[in-house]
Amino acid sequence: MSTDAHRAAEQAARQSYGKLVAWLAARSRDVAAAEDALADAFAAALATWPAQGVPSAPEAWLLTAARRRLIDMARRRHTAETASDVLLLSLEQAAAEADASGSVPDQRLRLMFACAHPAIDPAMRSPLMLQTVLGLDAATIAAVFLMPAATMGQRLVRAKRRIRDAGIPFRLPMQEDLPARLDAVLEAVYAAFAAGWVDPAALDHRRQGLADEALWLCRVLTELLPDEPEVLGLLALMLHASARVGARRDASGGYIPLSAQDPARWNAAAIAEAETLLLRASSLRRIGRFQLEAAVQSAHAARRRTGWTDWAAIVSIYDGLLVLTGSPVIAVNRAVALAETAGAAAALAALDASADAPELAAYQPYWAARADLLARLGHAGPARAAYARALALERDPAARRFLEVRQMALAAPRG
Amino acid sequence: MEYLLLIYSDEKDMAATPPAELEQMMGAYMAYTQALAGANVLRGGNRLRPISAATTVRTTGGKTQTLDGPFAETREQLGGYYLIDVPDLDAALSWASRCPGAQYGSVEVRPIWAM
Repeated sequence: MSTDAHRAAEQAARQSYGKLVAWLAARSRDVAAAEDALADAFAAALATWPAQGVPSAPEAWLLTAARRRLIDMARRRHTAETASDVLLLSLEQAAAEADASGSVPDQRLRLMFACAHPAIDPAMRSPLMLQTVLGLDAATIAAVFLMPAATMGQRLVRAKRRIRDAGIPFRLPMQEDLPARLDAVLEAVYAAFAAGWVDPAALDHRRQGLADEALWLCRVLTELLPDEPEVLGLLALMLHASARVGARRDASGGYIPLSAQDPARWNAAAIAEAETLLLRASSLRRIGRFQLEAAVQSAHAARRRTGWTDWAAIVSIYDGLLVLTGSPVIAVNRAVALAETAGAAAALAALDASADAPELAAYQPYWAARADLLARLGHAGPARAAYARALALERDPAARRFLEVRQMALAAPRG
Repeated sequence: MEYLLLIYSDEKDMAATPPAELEQMMGAYMAYTQALAGANVLRGGNRLRPISAATTVRTTGGKTQTLDGPFAETREQLGGYYLIDVPDLDAALSWASRCPGAQYGSVEVRPIWAM
């Protein structure tokens, strides 16, 4: 019974947390208060459900409990203020609406737009979304973003206070602002995915789980905005990447680069879903960064069917991406593809062209690519130095071993 | 919510602006003020005299110190403000971005902390 109640509470938490926070905070803009009230409601659920049984509508039960708590808190804070009476009235009215329809209106999209608002520090948008929409705790988020838990906790508190005090709205942006604002939401979702993705060895199981959480967030977005091609593109991109998650390691845990992976080990269902999404996105005829990045992944995935990689197609997609974003990271990826069509010398020249970008100084793939190209051209000394630089930037033990083996394979200078 | 739009610009640049351009700027401010009033969001606003007219007062241990000049020397100086009443930050930012001051310097948007 007790485990049933626990499971029901956990399930309700996973499915409803963001919906309940969004709904409770939409009027007051006070995310922290909504989360506190919801935490109390979950505690009450765990205390009463085992004895009284799981209610038939757990979400509505939690909402009622949290709402009561929120009203109590508001009353205690300002008993004499007319402003709070107005707030209470609107809360009661909205509650009546929710009860009448029997379900909680889904306002998670508004919550996500608030989290990714231009007035919120870009680095905090992704953590904020993970906390308020998915209910992840500050310690878990801190581990993923390589930050002390106390610092992350403080920054989350500050960001939520900012939403409330600065008056950041819980509503969908105006049509003319939508593309830019949606981009910020997608960036934040992708940042969560990437933070989980960079640690393929799952040194920390919380990171691995994060990629799944980001996928889940993006699925919510595709439900709420089914006709936005970039949302579909981002989901396709992340599905393609996660299709290869198991193929990145050999039996002994060694790192396998994409070009050496066995396509039979890729997840066919995830690839098929990604392809369907990408097709639907392209039928909407509004191209964008995430659709193009997904197209690159799609071209790699095609090796599963054709047995070869169409590098020329990949280079031309990167050409488009480079025009669209001007990103030096894209330029590095393009150079790597270029090595397959135009040779290592041309690729190295392309890398040199963007070598001054400050973003690349600490970007491991740039140094690994540079090292590989230098090695292919027979420049053993500079290649060794570039491998050393890449190693200094890599945490993952398997990827480190891979780079070390390559570095050592370069013949040491003979005396 | 009420927001204060604080208009900052470099006074030295302003002093060096040709009269024709200044006149154009004044026209832009007039139109902007009318737009705010027309949308019924304007609660107040004014220009400020340059920092050469500023005096700063600080009382420590019962003793009042009066200093000739602004509170802080900065590259851009507070030159005026609008007080507006709009539903949320998005609306405030939208008005701020249309303020002529955003073209000549920057506009800081601060929510009023109701007392």
